Amino acid sequence: MTNPVTINAPEGLPFIEIIREFDAPVEAVFRAHREPELVKQWLGPNGYEMDIERWDFTTQGGYRYVHRNPEGEEYRFNGTFHTVRDNEFAVQTFEFEGYPDVVAVESMTFEDLGDGRSRLRGWSTYPSVEARDGMVESGMEIGLREGFERLDAILAA
Amino acid sequence: MIYDPSADDRLDRAFMALADPVRRRIIARLSRGPATVNELAEPFEITKQAVSKHIQVLEQAGLVTRTRDAQRRPVHLDAAQLEALTAWIDRYRLIHEQQFRNLDALLTGRGTDAAAPDTEAPNTGAAQEATEP
Repeated sequence: MTNPVTINAPEGLPFIEIIREFDAPVEAVFRAHREPELVKQWLGPNGYEMDIERWDFTTQGGYRYVHRNPEGEEYRFNGTFHTVRDNEFAVQTFEFEGYPDVVAVESMTFEDLGDGRSRLRGWSTYPSVEARDGMVESGMEIGLREGFERLDAILAA
Repeated sequence: MIYDPSADDRLDRAFMALADPVRRRIIARLSRGPATVNELAEPFEITKQAVSKHIQVLEQAGLVTRTRDAQRRPVHLDAAQLEALTAWIDRYRLIHEQQFRNLDALLTGRGTDAAAPDTEAPNTGAAQEATEP
């Protein structure tokens, strides 16, 4: 069973909302965000290697990491964790070093749904609509390439 | 194209064209470069005529084009048209879907032993109390 992801990115507005439920307790979802060894295993597109230079998921903490695609191209990201409340809430900044000085402010809400289930609510605000769309479009290219790779795999099977 | 239908009409026809598995496989093959009808027909059990029909549907949907190249008439994928099909938000969604599925795998312990936290959280406190009376 897969929980669907809801993405809300209205045209002409500089934010993105992402909501997803998990068949796991809120403590587990929070821990997967806090522990760098766990973060490495799920953050970023498939097939990318992640090297974490810094990951301090606490209030006034921060992070810096690099995603490396199979061709060896590197994408670096950094930010600060402004506020982190265990199993409940976090606010961070997010900067892709390929587009320096364009920084998003992201909040994450961890919700306990009971019965070992939880909901993650992400809200990213960009400095402009152009910055928001630029972010989404860079994901688009990766998505398109991976889509074709999967099509290739289906064809080869 | 003889007439210029509205964008919605084009989308309708493109999605209908892609609602068939044979046509999706043809598109997949063409994503790696142009091919002739004979080459496209090779992997299929169906007749060349049937494959030709499928290509016609894709052509009418604006997803592929055919050019003359001496004796060959290779079929080309119209990548721009295919790209117009899937709204930008859906590709962005794809990455997040994958990412969250990876997180699912991790949380259910399919990814690694390090992450079976649903038993971990309530147990650590109790275990410490038990060993330190």
